Amino acid sequence: MDKFKHSVFLKEENCTGCITCLKRCPTEAIRVRNNKAHIIAEFCIDCGECIKRCPHHAKRSHRDHYEDLEGTYKYLVAIPAPSLYSQFNNIKDVNIILTAILMTGFDDVVEVSAAAELVSFASRKFIKENPDKWPLISTACPTIERLIRVRFPNLISHLLPILPPMEVAAEIARTKAMKETGLNAKDIGIVFISPCPSKVTFKNSPLGLEKSNVDEVIAIKDYYPILLSKMKEAEANKIDGLSTSGKIGKSWAASGGEAYGTGSENYLAADGIENVMQVLEALEDEKFGNTLEFVELNSCNAGCVGGVFTIENGYMAKAKNKILARNSEALGKKYALSPDELEEIFTTYDHFKWTKPVTYEPVFRLGANMMDSMQKMSEVEAILNKLPGLDCGSCGAPTCRALAEDIVTNTDGANISDCIHLNLRNSEE
Amino acid sequence: MDSIHYHYLVDGEDFARAGEASSSLKSKLKQLGFPPDVIRRCSIAIYEGEINMVIHADGGDIDVDIYPDKIVMVLKDKGPGIPDIDLAMQAGWSTAKEQILSLGFGAGMGLPNMKKSSDEMNVETEIGVGTTVTMTVNVPN
Repeated sequence: MDKFKHSVFLKEENCTGCITCLKRCPTEAIRVRNNKAHIIAEFCIDCGECIKRCPHHAKRSHRDHYEDLEGTYKYLVAIPAPSLYSQFNNIKDVNIILTAILMTGFDDVVEVSAAAELVSFASRKFIKENPDKWPLISTACPTIERLIRVRFPNLISHLLPILPPMEVAAEIARTKAMKETGLNAKDIGIVFISPCPSKVTFKNSPLGLEKSNVDEVIAIKDYYPILLSKMKEAEANKIDGLSTSGKIGKSWAASGGEAYGTGSENYLAADGIENVMQVLEALEDEKFGNTLEFVELNSCNAGCVGGVFTIENGYMAKAKNKILARNSEALGKKYALSPDELEEIFTTYDHFKWTKPVTYEPVFRLGANMMDSMQKMSEVEAILNKLPGLDCGSCGAPTCRALAEDIVTNTDGANISDCIHLNLRNSEE
Repeated sequence: MDSIHYHYLVDGEDFARAGEASSSLKSKLKQLGFPPDVIRRCSIAIYEGEINMVIHADGGDIDVDIYPDKIVMVLKDKGPGIPDIDLAMQAGWSTAKEQILSLGFGAGMGLPNMKKSSDEMNVETEIGVGTTVTMTVNVPN
């Protein structure tokens, strides 16, 4: 399995070679060569910033498609992300959405928000039992996990080693389907309805476990029109009791929700990749002492509701999600499960834990070893002295330093003659 | 081989920018492939030094020399100097003004943290002239 597999790709014919994405990529993973913006796989964390920013819709993401599902499996189970619910207006009962999902051809539907409550419970327990690892950092956003894996080696030991709600939901869904139908595991298709490309990446190349339990990841925005066409009919024929998640599970959709579910008083929740990077820098410098218990980080503004595959603005969706979550509480559903049921599940607490460690991937290292790296760094500094320091991006690298590094590491045939300012100066002399 | 040298200017007027040297050094040490713990210690040492320079000395200069086996950081300011180094080295002792304390700084952990993070630390100080702190972090074989 390719550990640097990622989902974002370039639709070449749309790319004009402008430098919009180049300048916005938080890990400097993009280079424009021959007027096309291509991605350095090892650096890309699938945050989707380039997809959000590209004015020409040239940055896309791989995903599976609803249209291809028919006939592929004998039994289909949808596992919708909590962020799906807030994409609609004036929905007071989530059962309508879940009924509509069944009407589009799924045999069953299992809420990821219900699984999220189990993850909250497991997290709460793990946090309490491991004060030496505080602050524990959320691992629900695969983009953040990937960012820490390549950029923040000192924080890897703080990663919360609990599986994300999507995985737990997938396992519950498959087990339930096998029990109810008697089918083999491979005949059952588990389909995640996703707010972001990062979950596509996770399915193909997961962190914390060997193989994902999810078979297909479809995008909310692709599936939305299909779902919308069934909503009226679903409202009239609503099946009560499909939704079992409470306030805690539904709150996971937006920033702060996961932290709320841990019950911690001392937590930090940040959203938006730039804010997240600042927080990680500060955590690495140990600026928080050891009283902070939990850190929730979401790559997208407002959390998963602001994902690349969503339709509604993240902050508007967040407000709507709050109402939905509160309605669940009014129904007496803070947790979908009773404390007794939760206790029973947690006799198998290990079930939620990672089965495979995440290790540091020093992709930004300049050379093969330290001597080589130091040699290369000296060369980088020497080249940097010659460059104008404008960070204009016209050479195809995001900054002058990045160009100097590309030249030294021989990336993409970068050459000092790529600098148009230097060329202009040379031709004037 | 020779060392790689970096110079950072610490702006004494801007709290928000204290930490820039630490951040920049950190990313370079990562590119060079130093062990995570060495990076962590250098970064904390420099960051505390930057904050000290902003609080007490109206900024100053930081010079870093990176060798394969050690990182040497020299922080030089033209501040008021430290009257009693032994006292300043005690955890919790601070001369920071109310205004600084209200910003959440000045807990009296600066120098103690710097000493804790480095393998060697030397403080030269003269009242009315300034302070130079030299810290070395060794790279384990």
